[in-house]
Amino acid sequence: MTAIAPPGGGKPAAARRFSRRDLTFDKISLMVVFLGVPVACYIIFVVSPFLQAFYYSLTDWSGFTPERHFTGLSNYRKLFTDDIFLHAMRNSITLVIVLPIVTIVLALILASLVTVGGLSHGPVRGLRNSSFYRVVSFFPYVIPAIIIGIMWSQIYDPSNGILNGALTKLGFHRFESYPWLGDESTAMIATMFVIVWGLVGFYMVLFVAAIKGVPSELYDSARIDGAGRFRTAVNVTIPLIRDNIQTAYIYMGILALDAFVYMDVLNPGGGPNNSTLVMSQRLFTTAFTKGQFGYACAMGVVLAVITRLFSAVVFLVNRLTGGTNDVAE
Amino acid sequence: MNSVTSGRKTTTGDKVVGSISHTLLTIWSLIVILPLLWTLMSSFKTSSEIFSSPFSLPSHWNFHNYANAWTSAGIGSYFVNSIIVVVGAMVLTMVLGAMCAYVLARFRFFGNRAIYYLMLAGLTFPIFLAIVPLFFVLKSIGLLNTLPGLILTYAAFALPFTVFFLVSFFKTLSQSIAEAAAIDGAGEWRTFFQIMLPMARPGLATVAILNYVGLWNQFLLPVALNTDPDKYVLTQGMASFASQAGYAVDFGALFAAVVITVLPVLVIYLVLQRQLQGSVSPGTNK
Repeated sequence: MTAIAPPGGGKPAAARRFSRRDLTFDKISLMVVFLGVPVACYIIFVVSPFLQAFYYSLTDWSGFTPERHFTGLSNYRKLFTDDIFLHAMRNSITLVIVLPIVTIVLALILASLVTVGGLSHGPVRGLRNSSFYRVVSFFPYVIPAIIIGIMWSQIYDPSNGILNGALTKLGFHRFESYPWLGDESTAMIATMFVIVWGLVGFYMVLFVAAIKGVPSELYDSARIDGAGRFRTAVNVTIPLIRDNIQTAYIYMGILALDAFVYMDVLNPGGGPNNSTLVMSQRLFTTAFTKGQFGYACAMGVVLAVITRLFSAVVFLVNRLTGGTNDVAE
Repeated sequence: MNSVTSGRKTTTGDKVVGSISHTLLTIWSLIVILPLLWTLMSSFKTSSEIFSSPFSLPSHWNFHNYANAWTSAGIGSYFVNSIIVVVGAMVLTMVLGAMCAYVLARFRFFGNRAIYYLMLAGLTFPIFLAIVPLFFVLKSIGLLNTLPGLILTYAAFALPFTVFFLVSFFKTLSQSIAEAAAIDGAGEWRTFFQIMLPMARPGLATVAILNYVGLWNQFLLPVALNTDPDKYVLTQGMASFASQAGYAVDFGALFAAVVITVLPVLVIYLVLQRQLQGSVSPGTNK
């Protein structure tokens, strides 16, 4: 199963079929150069490392010695008895379950408010100043993730951060020097909030564009049939943009399974009692600090398998719940 | 709830829904803006002011922290490295991506679909799977810890998205113009560079913007493949500065460095936001 849906888009400009007399030198030289260079570059730097990773995962290679021994599946066996890795895997799975749903629901709500939250008579339209909200919400997306992380680690700072400062001012003195990222019970939630903060705007803008692509007659007729705003959102908007939602869900899931930047800057060591350690972080340390390259590659394979499983599940759910552009209930 | 019969008047329901919507959106906007403003304000404070209260305004509005961040923390040179790498990779990936997408979109030949799906597959695997072998690929060709090595890797990893996007874009371009060019005697090469490429400008601009954001924010590739501090790119330099600041405790300079990194991108975004927001949709809703 291929993850992202192939672009069925575009006008049906049928590609030209070759007949024998079309094969001029001109055309062949163009195709060889235009395909050859990019594909070679792609194979060397992208495809071959992916394939090598599968092979290295079956060896005990340390990377800095030339010899490596084929050890079969022993790396994998070791992985599934490695408590720290299993802990990291659980954290990653938590992220991939929680982050997409929270981000996308929030983005959908904001997008609906902006696009169809306006008056209930006359043409369906958005709120006043909606472009202001849209522009502002998109801000975090243009800020590098690492900077978002640095900013929030200062905001969460137990004694000098604005969060505890504000909470203390409001009378919650128990937060006077509460370590949001240093306490096992809040570290993960605080980190997830940062990731959501950074990405909601992007998906909101994506959904706003999708909703604007829906023919407005559909909204008008839903309104004439007496549907309120909430019903319109649930029964008209969501079914019509469900392909966008599916794409967004998969992007967000892949991102949640990575999450390396945010984790690395907010809690470099994996957080209190490894409560925010994720697979990608563990992989990086295993490879570049400990030099266990074969073992790290096995982690990479597990991560890739989970990523594929995730997109397969999203596709399956979309199919099973009737992934057609059907406005009916 | 709201019926059409309510006529031209703004109904109470509308007012309620409208104000609830505005309230929610305003709350979200504040959640986005306040951290940014606080960072901006803190960037003018001295470390001792930062320690005394998170709310206090700086006593002197000067650019001392900025000068420190730019020179002693080396943000200036990270900035230059980032620009070199991102511009180099952008040019490379746009040229290679446009060429590859053009052939895939316009000609039908054996293996066309195979190459297309091979590209697509690259989008769906985590970079983490490739990172360890990639380290050794670059090492074996002598490009580890070099900016050209980073440029090539960035470009290669941006290629699948570029091709994926541009294939669907080239398909929407009219074939008849290319055919007219052929009848007028233009060769395939000339048709591409003088006719199809200029026609594809809107699509190219969109991919360029999205690639720019992605490459500028890239973190894993430089951290793993470019470990020489003199060649750090901005994201990497900021990460190391932030972890050092824990010891040297120049938080004012850290905030200033954050502002230096964010401001140019934010300004470009505000200038280009119409194009950018328009460009998010065609790439993803296909």
